[in-house]
Amino acid sequence: MSLSKLAGKGVYVQGNDIDTDRIIPARYLKCVTFDELGPSLFYDVRFESDGTSKGHALDAPQHKGAEILISDENFGCGSSREHAPQAIQKFGLKAVIAGSFAEIFHGNCTTLGIPCVVMDEASRVKLTADIENNPESEIIIDLEGMQVICANAIYPIQMKESTREAFLSSTFDPLDNLLGAKAEIYSTAKKLGYA
Amino acid sequence: MGKNLFQKVWDDHVIRQLDNGQFQVFMALHLIHEVTSPQAFGMLKDKGLSVAYPTRTYATVDHIIPTDNQSRPLADDMAEKMIQVLSEASREHGIEFFAPESGSQGIVHVVGPELGLTQPGMTICCGDSHTATHGAFGCIALGIGTSQVRDVLASQTLAMDPLKVRRIKVDGELSVGVTAKDVILHIIRVLGVNGGVGYAYEYGGSVIDAMTMEERMTVCNMSIEGGARCGYINPDDTTFEFLKGRERVPADFDEACEKWRAYASDSDASYDDEVQISAADIKPTVTWGVTPAQAISIEELVPSPDEVEGLDKNLINDALGYMKLEAGAPIKGTKIDVAFIGSCTNGRLSDFQAAAKAIEGKTVASNVRAIAVPGSEKVDKDARAIGLHEIFEAAGFEWRKPGCSMCLAMNPDKLVGDEICASSSNRNFIGRQGSSTGRTILMSPVMVAAAAIAGSVADAREVFNLTEETS
Repeated sequence: MSLSKLAGKGVYVQGNDIDTDRIIPARYLKCVTFDELGPSLFYDVRFESDGTSKGHALDAPQHKGAEILISDENFGCGSSREHAPQAIQKFGLKAVIAGSFAEIFHGNCTTLGIPCVVMDEASRVKLTADIENNPESEIIIDLEGMQVICANAIYPIQMKESTREAFLSSTFDPLDNLLGAKAEIYSTAKKLGYA
Repeated sequence: MGKNLFQKVWDDHVIRQLDNGQFQVFMALHLIHEVTSPQAFGMLKDKGLSVAYPTRTYATVDHIIPTDNQSRPLADDMAEKMIQVLSEASREHGIEFFAPESGSQGIVHVVGPELGLTQPGMTICCGDSHTATHGAFGCIALGIGTSQVRDVLASQTLAMDPLKVRRIKVDGELSVGVTAKDVILHIIRVLGVNGGVGYAYEYGGSVIDAMTMEERMTVCNMSIEGGARCGYINPDDTTFEFLKGRERVPADFDEACEKWRAYASDSDASYDDEVQISAADIKPTVTWGVTPAQAISIEELVPSPDEVEGLDKNLINDALGYMKLEAGAPIKGTKIDVAFIGSCTNGRLSDFQAAAKAIEGKTVASNVRAIAVPGSEKVDKDARAIGLHEIFEAAGFEWRKPGCSMCLAMNPDKLVGDEICASSSNRNFIGRQGSSTGRTILMSPVMVAAAAIAGSVADAREVFNLTEETS
């Protein structure tokens, strides 16, 4: 499955430094599989303690079915919990556009096949205004051309080359690749005194 | 041109370059716990894979374990299940498991070093962002996600990009009442919560050189809070002295020390960036907001949103609104409800020794619920052996059983409503301590002790009459 091109409706969750505790509060980490995490995404930001909606963007009727999350700087900082990108994916979101990403979160997303693309502030301001005005607008993330297309506008995006290559070649989950070097792994382990 | 420690350890552990440009890197030590690792065993099973190097992985439980009653089965069914899944998977795959009441259980980043599993020159990983703690020994220590835990179980390797290295030199002499926690909070305040993205942080300079290993662990622990992928300190005699005699160090210790010493950065090593921090600028530091960089010295006033523009203005406004603090008011005197000493940042013997010395003969304010949670069974045992638990209890603290406890409140230790906690932990994120409206003020253990006694955020130097002579 190549993820060179993704398209879907967008939803903007505003703010810098949105941490993984906010993306999924720790009490939802009590699980032995990731299957049920979707409804817990951004729980405390979306719901009052009695479960009533706070009217968060993710729950707004016009953003129902959104598949591309847009946010600001340092998205996903904090804990290494893969529960955060798992919750994003299980919720139905396929990609994240932000000003920048925390590294562990970025790596976790990549492995799960969720492209995290970096977009500058001016472009994000225009893009988010576009989707507020017309929530049905389709956002196309094009990793071949390194651009986002929405409502006839083109926005440049950035992604680390190795990550981009992993998406283009469908090797974003590295495990099979890693297992292909068993002899070399053993010789390194032996050299270092671990085997 | 010489090499820095990161380059040396990296070169030793790189297996090959992958087609996408990343590198496959051997992991010398892998630590697992009950929250982020059980799912990885399920992933292995789905793919029909086994654990490649089971003797390079060690398991323990820390995040969800209660600190009051640890008798099994635990009252929380899911917590019990998580421990059982980890325990059974460890047994099935031949992984050593430090179970509760084994004498070796504890927070994974406390246990690794105290057993001597953590050794200089290693690549270390764990499904926990505070894995950077182990960097205090001169390791590349990485927090990873669950799919990467799977990768390491299956192959003992990770796919990763090399990091840049920023040397952070802290020179001068810390004044009385200023601790390792204040040093790292100050560094994060100066460089920001995302200043370290793309970097490994190398901490050095006379202040770091003079630190004990437990202090160095506190500094490295919070590297991730500054956005750095990892943080480390070059191994030296302090490192070797700490490791000497520990249970899992190599039999030929002297020979190992020579090998370890060679990993230290060369004097002519190059860095991608260098930052100089003056010890004289560091005061007892506390957070006022909802990120670890939103910190000020105890002498300062809570900042005002009028000082900045754009999204930063929103950040300050949001933080002040959440924390219910007033811009321009002193942070000192902010009433607290809970005092927490513990966590992988500050849950080691010396942290409790410092706090105990300060509170001996004093009493926790009547409005404060105070808990002290040792980082491991060994810390608990050592603390009890010198009577620290009695000093805490006499002052009005509860002395608990080891675990992560109120650092992330996955166990029953939680804030209630919008309680404010003076906390020696590492994150003041919204909702971090178990209540979606709970508030956290990060500080050193001695500052938590001062807040507990005063009933409000206080200057430990004043509460405990700390002067250069008494320190």
